[in-house]
Amino acid sequence: MSDSTHGQGPGEPEEGSLPGAQGETGEESQGRHRVIGTPSPAESRLLLAETAGGSAPGLPAAKPRTLPADPQDMAGAKRAEKIVAACFILAMLAGFGFIASYVIFQVHSVTNVLHSNLALGTCMGLAFLLLGVGATIWVRRLMPYVELTEMRHPMRSEPENREAFADTFKEGADTSQFVKRPILRRTLIAATVPVAVAPIVLLRDLGPLPRESLDHTVWRKGMRLLNYGANTPIRPGDFSSPGGMITVVPDGFQNDFNALAKAACIIIKFAPGQVVYTDHDYPVPNLTVKNWTVDNIVCYSKICTHVGCPAALYEETTHHILCPCHQSTFDATRGAKVIFGPATRPLPQLPMTVDAEGYLVARSDFTEPVGPSFWERGNSS
Amino acid sequence: MSIDKALSGTGSWLDDRLHGAKGLRTFFRKIFPDHWTFLLGEIALYSFIILLLTGTFLALFFKPSMTEVVYHGSYIKLDGVHMSEAYASTLNISFDVRGGLLMRQIHHWAADLFVAAILAHMLRIFFTGAYRKPREINWLIGLVLFTLSLLEGLFGYSLPDDLLSGAGLRITQGVLQSIPIVGTYLSFFLFGGQYPGTDIIPRLYILHVLLIPGLFMALIGAHLFIMFHQKHTQMPGKGRTNQNVVGAPMYPYFMAKTGAFFFFTFAVLALAATFAQINPVWLYGPYNPLAISAGSQPDFYMGFLEGALRIMPPWQWVVFGHTFAFNVFIPALLPLGGIMTAAALWPFLEQWITGDKNEHHVNDRPRNAPTRTALGMAAVSFYGVLWAEGANDVLAQHFNVPLYTITWIARFAVFLVPIFTYIITKRICLGLQRKDLHLIQHGVETGIVRQLPSGGFIEETRPLDEEELAALGRPVALALPSGEGGAEAEVPAPDMRGGLGRVKARLNKIVNESVPIDEHGANGHGANGHGANGHGANGHSATAEDHAAVSSGSDDEG
Amino acid sequence: MSSRRRHPLAPYAVVVGGLLLTGIGYAAVTAAGDASASPARITQSAQIAQGHAIFLEECATCHGQFAQGTPGVAPSLIGVGAAAVDFQTSTGRMPAKEPSAENDRKPPELNPQEIAAVAAYIESLGGGPTIPTSAQVSQRGANPGFGQQLFVADCAQCHNFDGAGGALTYGKFAPPLTKSTPTQIFEAMLTGPEAMPVFNNTTITPQEKRDIIAYIVQTRQEPNPGGFSLGRIGPVTEGLVAFLGLLLAMVFAAMWITAKHRKIPNE
Repeated sequence: MSDSTHGQGPGEPEEGSLPGAQGETGEESQGRHRVIGTPSPAESRLLLAETAGGSAPGLPAAKPRTLPADPQDMAGAKRAEKIVAACFILAMLAGFGFIASYVIFQVHSVTNVLHSNLALGTCMGLAFLLLGVGATIWVRRLMPYVELTEMRHPMRSEPENREAFADTFKEGADTSQFVKRPILRRTLIAATVPVAVAPIVLLRDLGPLPRESLDHTVWRKGMRLLNYGANTPIRPGDFSSPGGMITVVPDGFQNDFNALAKAACIIIKFAPGQVVYTDHDYPVPNLTVKNWTVDNIVCYSKICTHVGCPAALYEETTHHILCPCHQSTFDATRGAKVIFGPATRPLPQLPMTVDAEGYLVARSDFTEPVGPSFWERGNSS
Repeated sequence: MSIDKALSGTGSWLDDRLHGAKGLRTFFRKIFPDHWTFLLGEIALYSFIILLLTGTFLALFFKPSMTEVVYHGSYIKLDGVHMSEAYASTLNISFDVRGGLLMRQIHHWAADLFVAAILAHMLRIFFTGAYRKPREINWLIGLVLFTLSLLEGLFGYSLPDDLLSGAGLRITQGVLQSIPIVGTYLSFFLFGGQYPGTDIIPRLYILHVLLIPGLFMALIGAHLFIMFHQKHTQMPGKGRTNQNVVGAPMYPYFMAKTGAFFFFTFAVLALAATFAQINPVWLYGPYNPLAISAGSQPDFYMGFLEGALRIMPPWQWVVFGHTFAFNVFIPALLPLGGIMTAAALWPFLEQWITGDKNEHHVNDRPRNAPTRTALGMAAVSFYGVLWAEGANDVLAQHFNVPLYTITWIARFAVFLVPIFTYIITKRICLGLQRKDLHLIQHGVETGIVRQLPSGGFIEETRPLDEEELAALGRPVALALPSGEGGAEAEVPAPDMRGGLGRVKARLNKIVNESVPIDEHGANGHGANGHGANGHGANGHSATAEDHAAVSSGSDDEG
Repeated sequence: MSSRRRHPLAPYAVVVGGLLLTGIGYAAVTAAGDASASPARITQSAQIAQGHAIFLEECATCHGQFAQGTPGVAPSLIGVGAAAVDFQTSTGRMPAKEPSAENDRKPPELNPQEIAAVAAYIESLGGGPTIPTSAQVSQRGANPGFGQQLFVADCAQCHNFDGAGGALTYGKFAPPLTKSTPTQIFEAMLTGPEAMPVFNNTTITPQEKRDIIAYIVQTRQEPNPGGFSLGRIGPVTEGLVAFLGLLLAMVFAAMWITAKHRKIPNE
């Protein structure tokens, strides 16, 4: 058992300076899995236990120790001490390195930031890593191994305490008159209700009421379709290659995100005969409205009817429009009907024609709300 | 003046005013048991502290504003591009503030590690039964913390107003809008009108930096206080009982260890931020409601919700002019709501089933509670399938599998995989229990082979020592209050009568299914054979007759 | 010059040959060295004849003897233009071994001269988009910021925010743009290979195409200031690293900190 107790390591530098005042011969035979009483004759160097010449006031003179003062493996501890100190010195250097890197490495370009981040991060990471490694070796090798046992008590309070508490509570309730005077109680409760509701009322002005705003977009009769980016109007002749697809926005709203979040569209140019048309002037399931197209150019809303991502992966070979967020897939040749994925409704088709100058324009707004479903939407009208 | 004098002087000064000596001494001598899994929660705690530190730094430079500006900063590729001030200031932090990119990346990695550690910590608590009485309150607080961490993360990564997070915000808005009756209003109030508006970033910002962190601090405080007050659980081992706690004292051991662990957390995050680029918003570009990138993904902790949205078939009702967008709000609310509700109710359900009202301070090894472990793994696999489906496009691209195929597989897997996982996990647990039983009965193989007089060879074994035996732990099977002869007694106890009582009895049998660890365990009392045949998993065939029949047939397996 | 004229089409041949040769990479530059000695010797008709021969050998099995295409197998090549041929063959997609949902980028099977010949042959069948000149794909003066805006509006939905590619329906993929040359990107926009839509020069002007190309090229050349890129595909790999890297590292640290102390030599 002598291993769980320890004499002073022969070469301990501070040994001589340590007062032996509080050493006492504890019971060492309790085994290392029990409460360990250690008979260390020396004061440990653990921070707060360290006393100067035993003269610290307030500390009782001689009490049985429960923690050993020295590690079991003194030789190992000596090696470990050096390693830990080396770790801390290197951590310090890394810390200085961090400050130096901050001064040396400038930013303001991608390459500079790369170097700066590398230098700063390496120094910082190393500093903390070495601190962690040092502290871990310290606690594992220099602090003696102990295993103490502490008793638990049931969480439930002792019956007398519970009773006493109940009495106190009741006493207080009685004294406060809260129980005896129902009118007070009820009026107090009544008073708190509106006060509690008030904060919710305060939230009302967070935003306007939806009203009909989700039913419409900014598209109007005669509004030109602009090629997004260059923001130029489009003649059917410019958009003449079958298999072409481009994002279009309403003229005048090309930089208005609130408008674009609903009004963004794509136009697709088809070869003759590819699109399955209806001659009606309203959307028919699985069909594209012919009167709303110009020269086999079809315009669909770009806003997915699932949760509103821009659905714009147009596959020229299959004529699928795929939404990259949740893979709702629409068949562009058949009124953008849903052929896969969680979307329930086709992408609305924008009624389109050409104006006097031959540019593509809207015939009207969409005939149904675009974008994701909402409670008031109902049957799309 | 010596250091001791200084310390004791300060100590006295403080104690004169705060009366702390006694309390602090108890605190110092608090015993903490050691086990590596007990540090998982600390990873989350330290990630949180690092999030506060780095977040404060970022907040010094970040401008939570959606005012449009034209960028003319150091990232010349985007010179002249219109963007929100939030995005521009994020570019500024990344490219014009020394250490800014490092702090941003540490912050983001810390957020990922925070949630990952919470998940791991939760699973540890669940699988070891550490949520049992008296720790149900802390389990519930933990669930709230987990939910808040998802929100906090979502709001946080939305703040830079980049194209990727903007897509996430758009989806959030779409989901909100789909909620019956109140959805449209919620969306309009949150966004200050129609999407996207100009209010959402400042609003998310204040929630992200003040409200939710405040809740975090209060709840983490309560979480730690309760943990401290109730004393930590311990793994089974020699001398460890429900009446004690065995370990090293808080001071100096636990403090040193936990300090070292904090350094490790910071080191891992700093090194990750140095060598692994995260959320390169400059590549995503500023948000634009008509633009989208292929492979748009949320951060990993939102992945299972994304996956749920992706596998959902297109179901929607229109009733009396109102839209029920089942395709959106069911996947958005049901998986998370279901898992969290089940997790919140489970401790109480388990108590009801087992009738176990005792305090538990010694953890179960997962194998010793096969049904619980199997349920937990089923939930994990459910989460896992949805998570993987949330990345179905990335999987499709990198593993060359058609996109729809993955979705179709996931549509079935989300139901089937948890069931198989349940059955398999349970069998593995019971198998491991049998292995333990074998160790108890036959001892440990020593590697010494001896020749018998008859000529055969035999390997010598030695019995388990006390420590090894204790470390195996034991399944705690709790019979219900049912009188003599267990649940099949002639006169059932009062709360075992009626339909509910029978349900309880059946559930009890399932939950208690274990290999009994006693000297006669191998004889295969019901539970043994029962599990080996996997019947318990479906929970319907647990009648006494088939019970007995099954067990007799499975002796050779035990 | 006039005394050396051998064929009335020779000046055109010089122009066409020059365009082709400058457009197809450094290998073509070497070829141009030889050509400079006798630039007019490659007559257009000779080139077309050579292209026709290569076509019959490499392409006609699927695309038909007269490039008319085979329904369900391979499209008609009449009118697809030199740009399409150059794109398909210089990226190694054509000649394809077998029809498939998606042809992957491979090292080209035809050399630049053969590609030029086939391109000339296909162009002779019905015109179509021509191969862009080096000036058209030069990045000098291009505006990558504007390119970014166009890229995210019309390209990123398939090719990802930095050109890493993405999944399409039924096993098709939008390929990564990591190896595409500016010429190939230009040609792809112009001709819409496979599932890709066409972005002709009147919908996205050549100047805008240059801006887009400048954005793509600068983005992929740009170093990753924050460390390893993790594939630049967003949060999926980040999540994996968070679990398999960070959390695992922390678990190892936890195991070390709490590991059983080495057995104390006892009793």
